[in-house]
Amino acid sequence: MIPLSNYLIVAAILFSLSIAGIFINRKNIIILLMSIELMLLAVNLNFIAFSHYLGDSAGQVFVFFILTVAAAEAAIGLAILIVLFRKRHSINVDDVSDMKG
Amino acid sequence: MQNLFLTIALAPLVGSILAGLFGKQIGRTASHWVTISGVAVSCALSFYVMKLFLIDGMASYNESVYTWLVSDGIKFEVGFLVDKLTAIMLVVVTFVSLMVHIYTIGYMKDDPGYQRFFSYIALFTFSMLMLVMANNFMQLFFGWEAVGLVSYLLIGFWYTRDTAIFANLKAFLVNRVGDFGFLLGIAAVLMYTGSLDYATVFAKIPGLTETTMQIFPGVDWSVITVMGILLFVGAMGKSAQVPLHVWLPDSMEGPTPISALIHAATMVTAGIFMVARMSPIYEFTTTALTFILFIGAVTALFMGFLGLIQNDIKRVVAYSTLSQLGYMTVALGASAYSAAIFHLMTHAFFKALLFLGAGAVIIAMHHEQDMRKMGGLRKYMPITYITSLIGSLALIGFPGFAGFFSKDTIIEAVHLSTTLDHATWVHTFAYYAILAGVFITALYSFRMFFLVFHGKERMDDHTREHLHECSAVVTVPLILLAIPSVVAGYFLGDVVFGDYFGDAIMFSESKNVIGMLGEDYHGIVGFIQHGIMGPAFWLALAGLFTAWFIYMKRPDIADTAKQKLGFLHKLLDNKYYMDDLYIKGFAAGGRLLGKGLWKQGDVNVIDGLMVNGSAAVINWFAGVARVVQTGHLYHYAFAMILGLLGLLSWFILGA
Repeated sequence: MIPLSNYLIVAAILFSLSIAGIFINRKNIIILLMSIELMLLAVNLNFIAFSHYLGDSAGQVFVFFILTVAAAEAAIGLAILIVLFRKRHSINVDDVSDMKG
Repeated sequence: MQNLFLTIALAPLVGSILAGLFGKQIGRTASHWVTISGVAVSCALSFYVMKLFLIDGMASYNESVYTWLVSDGIKFEVGFLVDKLTAIMLVVVTFVSLMVHIYTIGYMKDDPGYQRFFSYIALFTFSMLMLVMANNFMQLFFGWEAVGLVSYLLIGFWYTRDTAIFANLKAFLVNRVGDFGFLLGIAAVLMYTGSLDYATVFAKIPGLTETTMQIFPGVDWSVITVMGILLFVGAMGKSAQVPLHVWLPDSMEGPTPISALIHAATMVTAGIFMVARMSPIYEFTTTALTFILFIGAVTALFMGFLGLIQNDIKRVVAYSTLSQLGYMTVALGASAYSAAIFHLMTHAFFKALLFLGAGAVIIAMHHEQDMRKMGGLRKYMPITYITSLIGSLALIGFPGFAGFFSKDTIIEAVHLSTTLDHATWVHTFAYYAILAGVFITALYSFRMFFLVFHGKERMDDHTREHLHECSAVVTVPLILLAIPSVVAGYFLGDVVFGDYFGDAIMFSESKNVIGMLGEDYHGIVGFIQHGIMGPAFWLALAGLFTAWFIYMKRPDIADTAKQKLGFLHKLLDNKYYMDDLYIKGFAAGGRLLGKGLWKQGDVNVIDGLMVNGSAAVINWFAGVARVVQTGHLYHYAFAMILGLLGLLSWFILGA
């Protein structure tokens, strides 16, 4: 039997990696989208681990919802990315700073 | 009855509105017809009211016509109190006003503002009638301010003249000072009696004799004295008493008919009327009465001096008006209210006559007002000459003329008041001041008379060729005013010593000088005989003779005196430097204060600090805040994570 803490540690490591991926990465927006997906998967892992250990299947139902939303989000994100690339011919993160005050 | 009084008040208003708003459409002739008929209706009805009182023995009428609003139990009403005091004022106001209306046809013949002028004077008549018929303080104040407004409009009637604009602003501002006191007086009345209605107020006054208030901490003032003095401050402004007299001589910038109507006969007597109307208040306060007496005496004497050195014909009459208003005020101060009202009436007739006579001279001289350029007008203008002589004789109190009876009564009343228990040095001072005033009055009146109508003809040839008597619209009012200037005095026995006023004027027994004088009164002839024995008559004769001697026989005396008494002449020429004090002191001080508030308060604090300052702070803060907005996604993400961390640690550690 693998203890719960192992799952949580793995999830926390995955989450931290994805955070690092978001703001250390300055090159590629696709990597950014991937980091966000990874972040959601880390959370899903927590849900499943808790669901199993507490014997409550509601957590697993939640995971399905999150996966659906994540899929939709990825689709929209990639669509925006394509439009952006058509306009700018670049997917460099540093180039996208139109919101600069 | 109510309709009768409403008609008296509203007829001139209708005329004024028609001439004022539709003057262009109905034309010049129709404008003077509507206003004159309006005033003529009022005048006829006023005489009818007088007849109702005198012959039919009607009782006083006191009813409210309309409730304007009720606030916290205090009623603001329009109502009429018509008793014999009101009736006498109605007759005087409407009669003089009618004469002036007719006269104006001739005086303003060529003026482009003809319709406007008629509209204003009819509006004035309406306002003055509302004032004298008021039965409550609110309506009194309405009339008070309305006559002030019309006075302002008429002084500045020739609004392209700088001097006229200066004069009307001055009149308005000086009157504001007086009206401020008046308003405080009304507030005091309202505060302590809880009502604005005359009858209610007067009924509560005897119960307030012991009540005191503290204006300055630690000093108790009798409430009635405070009311009396504050209300009288209003009268000082309106009736041009020292030190608020400065506006009246300058008001001569207006056309002569309004100088006669407003600044001599009626409006300036509003203060006298008001104090007489408030006699149930003043009779309970010896302090306020003594104050009134002092102010009146100073005005009567010192304003007379100023008349001696004026060269403008209208200004001489203006200073004599000031001096005569002082006489009326002195009479009020000596509790001789009926004598004051009687002098008000006779003065209205002969002073309007003198002003209109001066106006006739001005017309004939082609709007030249300097007496040094007149002289010898007697043979060119016989009617004006005779009527002016009557007016002047009435003014100096020559026996048989109206002014004699009223002025002598005042002098006798003040003389008697010096013997009463409450008499102080003020009473003695007032007595000698008005006695000296008689001499001065005669001197300047006949100085003017001789300079204008007798002596060498000092005008240029062009003017002399065109000199002729004025048309009938000018001379008829002169003649009609000359009649009461003589005969009005013969009502002395009935109006002053009889019980004419009845309840309208209250006397307390200890101050009833008129009653005491009345015991010795045995008809007109006896009064004249008594008057000839008194000092006033001889002083008047002496003044007349001095004027004749100096200005007819030995004109060099005047010049010598002017040089020898250079200091005095300068003092009088500068009107005791009061104008300078007000203009350089109060007016300049006010402007300095205003400029300071504008520069410091408005420009620096409000504009600089508050309006522009808050904008500058926001600008600065935005400049700092925009640095955070780099536009880089990873910075925003970092901020979100920091925020998340912050919230989590607050949730975990704080719980």
